[in-house]
Amino acid sequence: MTASPIVGLLPQLAAGAAHTHALGFSFDRLDGDRVRIRAPWREDLVGDPDTGVLAGGLVTTLLDHAGGLAVWVALERFEPIATLDLRVDYMRAARPRAGLVAEARCYRLTRSIAFVRAWAFEDSPDDPVAAAQAAYMLDSSSGRPVGANLQPRPEGRA
Amino acid sequence: MTDLLETLPYARFLGLQTAREGDSLTVTMPFADRLIGNPLLPALHGGSTAALLEFAAIAQVALLYPRLKLPRPINVTVAYLRSGRPVDVHARARISKAGRRVAHVEARAWQEAEDQPIASLAAHFLIAEHDL
Repeated sequence: MTASPIVGLLPQLAAGAAHTHALGFSFDRLDGDRVRIRAPWREDLVGDPDTGVLAGGLVTTLLDHAGGLAVWVALERFEPIATLDLRVDYMRAARPRAGLVAEARCYRLTRSIAFVRAWAFEDSPDDPVAAAQAAYMLDSSSGRPVGANLQPRPEGRA
Repeated sequence: MTDLLETLPYARFLGLQTAREGDSLTVTMPFADRLIGNPLLPALHGGSTAALLEFAAIAQVALLYPRLKLPRPINVTVAYLRSGRPVDVHARARISKAGRRVAHVEARAWQEAEDQPIASLAAHFLIAEHDL
């Protein structure tokens, strides 16, 4: 287990934003470079009421977020990052009325980009509901100040 | 089917609203504080935009290829093109190809201007009655 200063921040980074708090995400554990977070089963997070299974979009959010944590773990610090792209394969239906765990691992860091793989499952990553491959931009704020998104969007620039 | 997304709990959680024009649906996710993923910029959580795109795709496929079961995603790729600002997001999906079992769908999400998308999605959905 690493003594990186990021470790103590993981519970807050897993659940501290308004969206992750509203979804009930929680930090589960860190094992080497593998970080796990959980999403609870809740009636209002279900995709199809006929199946009682958590929505695909929620699974995507969980994998995206777990991936972000894995990047901070690999960086051993917090800095603004942004998901560049994310592919999710849905390998089987999740269990009805069951919460999900996502495990993510950042397997490569370059100066600008972090490459991540992640899995979602009920009990074991060997039997995944979904698998993700994602890339994240590092230092994504590139000097944008707090509140930058409250200003009008500049033409021709992200 | 008047508004499929109003019957799906997570689509309701996100507050999704559907407008229909002919055979094309535009789905709107009205801004709400609980969609925020980065409180400093502030920016929407990418996952909420991805979920909007996925629901826009599901609704579009279900409209054009009505089946007893909802289209099930096989895989989904989302590209995040711009930071999501704390305002409404709109999304529209187009079916590139629908076969007997699988449909390929592309979707875009935008805020102020449709030609400046904040995210795009490409996905395959299973549309057959039987399972994968």
